[in-house]
Amino acid sequence: MTDTTLSRLPACRRHRLLKRIALATLLLSLAVPGMAATLRIDNSAEPGTLDPQKTSGVWEARIVRELFETLVSQDPEGEQVPGLASHWQLSDDGLTWTFTLRDDARWSDGQPVTASDAVFSLRRLLSPEIAAHNANLYYPIQNARAVNAGKANPATLGVHAVDDHHLEIRLERPTAWFLQAMAMPEAAPLPEHVLEADGERWVMPGHTVVSGPFTLSEWSPQDHITLDKNEHYYDAGEVALDEVILYPLEESAAALNRFRTGALDISYTSVPGGRFEKLRQELGNALRVSPLVAEYFYMFNVRPDSPLSDIRIREALNLATRREVITEQLLGMGQTPSYWLVPRVTSGGTQGELPMAQMSMNERMARARELMKAAGFGPNHPLGLTLRYNTLEDHKKIAVALAAMWQPLGVEVSLINTEAISHYAAIREGDFQLARYGMSATLNDPYDFLGSYTTGSSAARSSGYHDDTYDRLVEQSSEAIDPSARVELLTRAQQRLLDDYALLPLYDYVNTALVSERVHGWESSPMDVHPLRYISIEE
Amino acid sequence: MTSSNGAHDAHGAPGTTADNADHPQGGGAPNPPQAPVAQPGESLAREAWRRLRHNRAAMASLILLVLMTIICIAGPWFLPWDLAEVDWNAFGVAPTLEGQHWLGTDANGRDLLTRTLYGGRVSLSVALVATLVSLVIGVLYGAISGYMGGRVDNLMMRFVDIMYSLPFMFLVILLMVVFGRNIFLIYAAIGAVEWLDMARIVRGQTLSLKRREFIEAAHALGVRDSKIVTRHLIPNSIGPVIIYVTLTVPKVILLESFLSFLGLGVQEPLTSWGVLISEGTSNMQGAPWMLIVPAAFLAVTLFCLNFLGDGLRDALDPRTR
Amino acid sequence: MLSYIAKRLAMAIPTLLIVITASFFLMRVAPGGPFDGERQLPPEIEANLMAAYHLDEPLPMQYLRYMGNLFQGDFGPSFKYKDFSVTDLIAQGFPVSLELGGLAIALALLLGIPMGVMAALKRNSTVDYLLMGTALGGIAVPNFVIAPLMALFFGVILGWLPVGGWNGGALPNLVLPVVALAIQQIAYIARMMRASMIEVLGSHFIRTARAKGLNERQVIWRHALRPAMLPVLSYLGPAIAGIITGSVVIEQIFGLPGIGRYFVQGALNRDYTLVMGTVVFYGVLIVLMNLIVDLLYSLFDPQIRYDD
Repeated sequence: MTDTTLSRLPACRRHRLLKRIALATLLLSLAVPGMAATLRIDNSAEPGTLDPQKTSGVWEARIVRELFETLVSQDPEGEQVPGLASHWQLSDDGLTWTFTLRDDARWSDGQPVTASDAVFSLRRLLSPEIAAHNANLYYPIQNARAVNAGKANPATLGVHAVDDHHLEIRLERPTAWFLQAMAMPEAAPLPEHVLEADGERWVMPGHTVVSGPFTLSEWSPQDHITLDKNEHYYDAGEVALDEVILYPLEESAAALNRFRTGALDISYTSVPGGRFEKLRQELGNALRVSPLVAEYFYMFNVRPDSPLSDIRIREALNLATRREVITEQLLGMGQTPSYWLVPRVTSGGTQGELPMAQMSMNERMARARELMKAAGFGPNHPLGLTLRYNTLEDHKKIAVALAAMWQPLGVEVSLINTEAISHYAAIREGDFQLARYGMSATLNDPYDFLGSYTTGSSAARSSGYHDDTYDRLVEQSSEAIDPSARVELLTRAQQRLLDDYALLPLYDYVNTALVSERVHGWESSPMDVHPLRYISIEE
Repeated sequence: MTSSNGAHDAHGAPGTTADNADHPQGGGAPNPPQAPVAQPGESLAREAWRRLRHNRAAMASLILLVLMTIICIAGPWFLPWDLAEVDWNAFGVAPTLEGQHWLGTDANGRDLLTRTLYGGRVSLSVALVATLVSLVIGVLYGAISGYMGGRVDNLMMRFVDIMYSLPFMFLVILLMVVFGRNIFLIYAAIGAVEWLDMARIVRGQTLSLKRREFIEAAHALGVRDSKIVTRHLIPNSIGPVIIYVTLTVPKVILLESFLSFLGLGVQEPLTSWGVLISEGTSNMQGAPWMLIVPAAFLAVTLFCLNFLGDGLRDALDPRTR
Repeated sequence: MLSYIAKRLAMAIPTLLIVITASFFLMRVAPGGPFDGERQLPPEIEANLMAAYHLDEPLPMQYLRYMGNLFQGDFGPSFKYKDFSVTDLIAQGFPVSLELGGLAIALALLLGIPMGVMAALKRNSTVDYLLMGTALGGIAVPNFVIAPLMALFFGVILGWLPVGGWNGGALPNLVLPVVALAIQQIAYIARMMRASMIEVLGSHFIRTARAKGLNERQVIWRHALRPAMLPVLSYLGPAIAGIITGSVVIEQIFGLPGIGRYFVQGALNRDYTLVMGTVVFYGVLIVLMNLIVDLLYSLFDPQIRYDD
């Protein structure tokens, strides 16, 4: 309402006026309860689906989490808190989880949420027809892998409802991170009675039955999605927002413009590059930067036919990479230079780093030259390498800088830039020497990163990396229930991987969000999860 | 939009659709004038040149274009920086006359003037080669189609129609995706699309020419078909073709920049004006020079090309006398 | 007339078939598939996905399946936007693109034609250079530069207009994208109009008209304008089709829900069904546009002869 008139004013006057209006409306909203509170969010992309079990991106999960509450939920800081389950416990052998569901949880059509809805959901999640992207996170459940491969009936899955309020899950072996998986939107109970009736297209605005704090009221593809407060939600009294509108803006400059004119309250599309300092001054507290559980690194192809099968070259490239130049000069958003695979903000405190982290740049360059010489290369006998990156301004800057940094070693880099799909297809097929990779956590657990380099897993398949000791360490860590024993195993595993120079880590990602100062209850969270039920807005 | 209509706007150019082939020159101008085609040879060129010289805008454009080309080709030799050379002390610095980077540096600390000139080489060469590709294919195809007439003509024009219905961007994107990106592919991809218009124009010309006395005379004298096409039909269509070429060149430059904007331009460390401009737009507010410098080069070039094109059109088209 | 239309439409069918077939196979040659992404899927899950979308079948089989569905008017589900069918997506995006493109073309005609005529009448004068120089500004700067500049200036700095969003097609939201889309078209149309006007003015039937003692205004309005507009007319068909589907950049910068993005995004995402859907849609659109233009042409032609 205020937008159109406001936007006619020059920025400074508008700003002053905005403050006054904000104050006035705050007073007004205190005086007149029931005024609709609307939050407008740039969600960074159009969701491919809102079926919780078919989602694959953060921007999808962001909506799905609001519609379907999980048994284990997350608070604004990303800590695990009770969701639809009021509590849970693990048997002493680490194999049986029992979840106790809340008595007052209701579907938005008034039906109670029961343990059999949870059983239905997990069976559906692992059935091959659903083709869930993250099904493998649930393979620790008894028989899950066989069910997912279509070799066993979903009914044989190790989950069952003890009664209406008790869900029991039996695992094949102890799995330290399993509770994390249960906090994923995929694992949320689904309304069996609705899915049976509606079939494939059951997530549609207007008649989707949900369990979370919001319902889906409008979905206009590429335009907007509107969520309305769910009055049947068990904690509806504590939900401050009445309506949330999400826009799928992909362009960071466009999102920033709209945020500045007040047409957006929150933007999850990163800010445009190359002007971060200026923005920080202009936006002040509205610009929120926080570490993210995600790692930016270059994958080495270590197969025998690749020059990078020579560990000396892998070490030399790592030595000659000036990570601070990349994080400070090229990016400058507060990314941490990284000498590891598991981002430091990941829960659990896994340690381990490349030895060069403590060396001076001169020492590093000297050693790098020696290593290259020993490997038979130098400025007079250059080593040609190809480096792949996918299309994005920042990726390009980094690739160009790396090529320049390695040049003194006698490394001649040819850059190959392709669009994302070709890039990842090349990685999948191992058709690269060096490839840019961004690994973001699905679970806030070191296993998510270290597991990918175990034999048969994604990064290992792509890079050709194979080490039995490493595999064993990671596997043991996964089964270790005692946290301190687990950290030690994980640290040893990571150190082993780094001592092999299996990759070229560059930095730990940060998350940049724009959050209007009118928004309250929004906290930085390492997994970039910001539940709307804790958020309020001054009108 | 540069993307799709770029491939089609020549429908407005003379004699493009099969149905109005009777009006080859005027896009439907009534009564094709009686002497639309000057005899090939020096007189035409000399006459056109004389008229072009009197067009101040076109001449100024021509001079500027020549200068621009020379600067882009020779300039980098005189500059202290290399295309891919990083100045580790100067990431994204603004233009300054005191320092070494007169037009500033890009986000990677590379000299922007150097890169803009190198980019000019790429952009201009794309324009030139792609236009040439389209010219060769289009002229041959159009001339053969028009000259053969009948079933062959019908078939050949059908093919052109099919090509038109294939979304151009899609085709180019797919080519880039399937075969990887390199400059030769960009030449070929753009050229392979732009020939369609050229073919239609030349066909229209040919259709009207082949009914004329000197072609019939050549026939009567027993001159071979291939010789008639290459010696008589093509040279006599040269006027409209040159006009169209000057329209194609700027279009190709814009197409290249659009492809670059989509992230399908030339590979680093090579660059082009389109790539530089698309980098510039993402740094528009913090580092405006990164946009302004290449955009100015591009704009000046496009201005000149268009003015020159108009001038040539006026000079070469006998009916505008 | 009707039989002519029927014949043209019938002739379009083989054209479309070839286009569809070529696109189908070209798309499949591209490296990677719809499920390649940063997050690499375990083989068993990828197998499930491939099976769910019939991508595990041999290619000719998939082709036949696709064509079979197509004949029943079914474009299939989008791979990327799984909750919608391709038909849904096009049906929701096309009206937006149509409105944008239609307004942009209208604006371009309204400005471009008078500019071109004026420039032609004052040929090689300051007015001519000024008008053509302005028009050229629209061609000389790519629209992905102009559009963000306009958004910044009119939206953020002046605060006159919304910087983006569709908002149900509200007028203030339309202004910037329509102008940004039209700028280039204005330039093309003005130049085209200038050229053909000069040509027509030089032709002998205009000389005849003048010789008959008609005043200049009558000559221009009654005799020169209509034939001079023919090239613009024939430009419009493909231009409309192109502008409607080709406004990728504008849609992206202003965050509009048109179909232009499906074109490019579909190819980049290997969203096979979406790409095919847009290709078919585009093909039909261009066939129809060309037909309409040709029909208009045949309506225009006899009148021109009368003027003679």
